[in-house]
Amino acid sequence: MNRRLRAVLARLAQALPVILGVVLVSFLLTRALPGDPAAYFAGDAADAASIEETRVKLGLDRSMPEQFGLYVLQLAQGDLGQSLTTGQPVVEELARRLPASLELTLVALLVSCGIAVPLGVLAATRPGSWVDHACRLLVTAGVSLPTFFTGVALIYVFYYLTGWAPSPLGRLDFIYLEPPSVTGFFLIDAALAGDAETWFAALRQLILPAATLALFTLAPIARMTRAAMLSALSSDYIRTARAAGLTSRKILFGYAFRNALLPVVTTLGMVFSFTLGANVLVEKVFAWPGIGSYAVEALVASDYAAVQGFVLCMALLFVALNLLIDLAYSMIDPRIGFDSK
Amino acid sequence: MNTMTEIPTVAEPQAPPAKSKGALDHVIYVLKDNPVTLLAFAMFAVLMAAAVLGPALVPYDPLATNASEALQPPSAAHWFGTDNLGRDVFSRAIVATRLDLLISVAAVALSFVIGSVLGAAAGYWGGWLDVALSRVLDTIMAFPLFVLAMGIVAAMGNTIENIVYATAIINVPFYARLVRAEVNIRREAGFALAAKLAGNTDVRVLAMHIFPNALPPMMVQVSLNLGWAILNAAGLSFIGLGVRPPTAEWGIMVAEGANFIVSGEWWLAIFPGLCLMFAVFTFNLLGDGLRDMVDPRRRT
Repeated sequence: MNRRLRAVLARLAQALPVILGVVLVSFLLTRALPGDPAAYFAGDAADAASIEETRVKLGLDRSMPEQFGLYVLQLAQGDLGQSLTTGQPVVEELARRLPASLELTLVALLVSCGIAVPLGVLAATRPGSWVDHACRLLVTAGVSLPTFFTGVALIYVFYYLTGWAPSPLGRLDFIYLEPPSVTGFFLIDAALAGDAETWFAALRQLILPAATLALFTLAPIARMTRAAMLSALSSDYIRTARAAGLTSRKILFGYAFRNALLPVVTTLGMVFSFTLGANVLVEKVFAWPGIGSYAVEALVASDYAAVQGFVLCMALLFVALNLLIDLAYSMIDPRIGFDSK
Repeated sequence: MNTMTEIPTVAEPQAPPAKSKGALDHVIYVLKDNPVTLLAFAMFAVLMAAAVLGPALVPYDPLATNASEALQPPSAAHWFGTDNLGRDVFSRAIVATRLDLLISVAAVALSFVIGSVLGAAAGYWGGWLDVALSRVLDTIMAFPLFVLAMGIVAAMGNTIENIVYATAIINVPFYARLVRAEVNIRREAGFALAAKLAGNTDVRVLAMHIFPNALPPMMVQVSLNLGWAILNAAGLSFIGLGVRPPTAEWGIMVAEGANFIVSGEWWLAIFPGLCLMFAVFTFNLLGDGLRDMVDPRRRT
């Protein structure tokens, strides 16, 4: 146990240089651009005096290493600067909008894992069957789908043609009140408040964007599950287990699936990276009030601090998730953590 | 089967003709075996034709507006209908092929070159260069890549060139890592040592003897990457970065059409989207097919 704890600590320590790198890149993106960052931050309507004032206020008149130190110091205090368009601190706005994005992303990932993993397992256990062919078709077509296009197509079919989905504008129809905020996840908040009607309303709004994201993530997960299951099923230990007369159920789920899970979990990390990017597009299509649409609005308005805050926030989220995946990995696979010193 | 005859041919175009014939036979053999790859090559040819000949073939000027024919559904005169300014969607979608392919090919070529040089140097000489490079690559990969591309375009300025640079930067790690691994395992190989012993300089051994071995897996990566680069560029222009109206580009056409989808004018967004899907699908199929040719063991 002590050894495993040490392995976990070592993995945590490995994340530090990456976080430092992320902060450095984010700093470079903000400060080392062609043009005058002070002019960017002061806004379009600024005159020479107020640009100079901004320059001193932001510490842009100092040397680069000094500026970086200042930047890190501000970050440590949770200061990402202020948004030009709204005048609000970027951190507050991101924190307010983050639950919307996370709810969408997590629901989409759950749905897609719930479909892709069984599909991949079925395809691997019955190679050459119609399930296998369906899986292959889905995998090849799925990776070619531009998320924003899937979203638009789904809106056309389910909103305009059939009228099953509500209008694709935000998290909740305007006739409903937002549930009292506890977690910021509407589905959880509404359930906590015991408000079934709002819960269903929130779910109805969520289905289309979540399906769009899920369709996008299905392909890599199904592909990896199928490949990992195939290689696990053809391995020696499965042959041994079969020879020993274990039930096929025990072989499939107790041995093959558990071993196949490792590469699938690794793929999830990569899929999450794509999902965070695709999130931006899906949020724009469905007018979803998450941090992605915040970033798009900020981009259009050249609102610099907001965009950089968003990029940094996304990267830190992704680093944290990769950390979580690696830790989960060492839980699933008992060999990891004992081998590494 | 005989992949060994293929590798040198792909690597060195001046290889003896006998070997080249063997490789060609192998390609034909694989294509016969896998009609899907043949289909991918056919689709690729269509795409290339649209990119090269497109502007000469289309029936209407992609930028010409005609208010009297705005928002018309697909018909014999306008195969994909017309948009809100009366522009012909078919002409715009076909003309857009060239721009979309140019952006992605330029981006992938850039990352191919940068990634090859960096990866080969790191894999061959190792040491601090290797450590520094893998730190930088880890940092790039620590970002969700589309988000990083957004940040780069926002920082460098909202132009098409910057879309190309941003897409190239986020793709560099894939090439650099691949080349680094391929070069590293051959650094001490017999043929490399022999070439060194024969008096070749390090750079020459690296560039002429070791690096060509990395080309076959690189080609697979290039093809898969092209599809991804198109998606990336179209996604960036969908959120309003890079390409500006009235330029015909698939991402921006879907973005413009999305405003009309809720009122039922589906052809504005659906057709450019399908073109985009077709292009990405082609490159993905092509990549899978090339992988079969290069390495039959990795067929799934």
